Amino acid sequence: MKKEITCIICPNGCSLEIETDSSGNFLSVSGELCPRGKGYAEQEVSDPRRTIATSVRLLGGELPLASVRLTKPVPKVRIFDIMKEIRSVKIWAPAVTGTVIIHNILGLESDVIVTKDVAEIKQE
Amino acid sequence: MEKKDAVIIGGGPAGLAAAVALYKDGIQNIIILEREKNLGGILRQCIHDGFGLVRFRTTMSGPEYAKQFIDEIQEFGIPYKTGTAVLNVSDDHIVTAASPAGIEKIEAKAVIFAMGCRERTRGALQIPGERPSGIFTAGVAQAYMNLYNRQIGKEIVILGSGDIGMIMARRLTLEGAHVQAVYEIQSVPSGLPRNIQQCLDDYNIPLFLSHTVTDIRGKGRLESLTVQKVDEYMKPIPGTEKEHVCDTLILSVGLIPENELTLDAGIALDVRTRGAIVDENCQTDHRGFFAAGNVLHVHDLADYVSLEAESLAASAAEYIRKGILAECVIPVTYCSSIHDVVPQRVSGTKDVVLSMRVNKPLLNCTISIMQNGKQIAMKQMKKILPAEMIRIPVQRTAMSSSGTVEVDII
Repeated sequence: MKKEITCIICPNGCSLEIETDSSGNFLSVSGELCPRGKGYAEQEVSDPRRTIATSVRLLGGELPLASVRLTKPVPKVRIFDIMKEIRSVKIWAPAVTGTVIIHNILGLESDVIVTKDVAEIKQE
Repeated sequence: MEKKDAVIIGGGPAGLAAAVALYKDGIQNIIILEREKNLGGILRQCIHDGFGLVRFRTTMSGPEYAKQFIDEIQEFGIPYKTGTAVLNVSDDHIVTAASPAGIEKIEAKAVIFAMGCRERTRGALQIPGERPSGIFTAGVAQAYMNLYNRQIGKEIVILGSGDIGMIMARRLTLEGAHVQAVYEIQSVPSGLPRNIQQCLDDYNIPLFLSHTVTDIRGKGRLESLTVQKVDEYMKPIPGTEKEHVCDTLILSVGLIPENELTLDAGIALDVRTRGAIVDENCQTDHRGFFAAGNVLHVHDLADYVSLEAESLAASAAEYIRKGILAECVIPVTYCSSIHDVVPQRVSGTKDVVLSMRVNKPLLNCTISIMQNGKQIAMKQMKKILPAEMIRIPVQRTAMSSSGTVEVDII
């Protein structure tokens, strides 16, 4: 079976044509400009993964939010579970880029890290 | 009056990269003027992943990308003023800026425009109907959600398939809103294919091409709107009306380089890019005035904004040292399939990267750059989309110092 998808690994956004067998196993791919496209195509057929970015509530900061992201892609089907888990977290200012706020989220071998420095709000 | 070698107007991806590059090049009597409270520009609210692949060979969020430069600004102690809006740049290189501390004037050898762009609004589209709340441009919606922790709505329709609109479609979905559909008046998406995949297709958000919003209703808050299919001249087709009951309309309908200061200084703009007409040094038609990034032409990636600003910095440094740059009298022209090309003038004596966009999607073609009947550079492409900026390097050894440079598509 043939399927067309867009590679999301880099801004080239190659159109990939993926061929799978009758039980959905990866056979071949064409249209990629680099080897990462092949890796993406294989992954996408067997176990599609994504990283997500969102924010957590920041207390006592110059902004009410600190942005966060996953360090590694996770199964696409778990994205909304992950959002729920991240939403339950609040952190205190200062927010420091790179700080791990959830380690190994839902056992999916990806960490949630802060992606923005936000200073504490100055007391007047 | 304070005197500086360079005044950089804008502390976003272009201004930050230009400042760091100038400083590293030895031009250290410089200052960045930024009207917002913090450096970083639009990157502060672009919390999604995907920045840095070109410039840093790794993927990161917008704030992390900005931090790469801001850390260097702080490490080197490069002066900057936030909360400072430039009001005017005069022909004799005097920059007038306002901040809570008052009005100040700085004389600059080189003025560097890095003001970025702003969004087209409902007013520019002249969508008929009532004027309720609940209509946001994509960037404003992004600021509300990612900076100020505001929920902007629950039932969403998006007009325009720009990248920020699609990224907001995903963002809103992750936060529990229902994005009903994205409508695009043109027959091709205006954003990148990878964003259609990862922001719309991944979340089953439908994208309708050749459709637009033709009526808006709501007392107080948006209550419903009408969309219609459009013909090849973008005119709504009667009988194709479809109603959406929704509380929010997001507009992602184009970006306009923010060139009020540039125009006030009497600098000529390109009608296509809406940015300054520049030479290979990013120098405008006024000596000592430079522009790079989205104020020059709207880019597809922040990485290329930084790279362009770094190339500007190399030229501006040379200008600051010598007081003059090589004359660029060779015009760059292009065929009708191409929408615009930057720079518009070259000297023929320096390596240059020509950046361009096409008018409509093209398959299996070659972009050929010709001078005096000879091909001086080319790029073969399987697919070219209007959403992408194509960059083609031209070596100085291939060029002559006279003869128009022509960009063709075959």
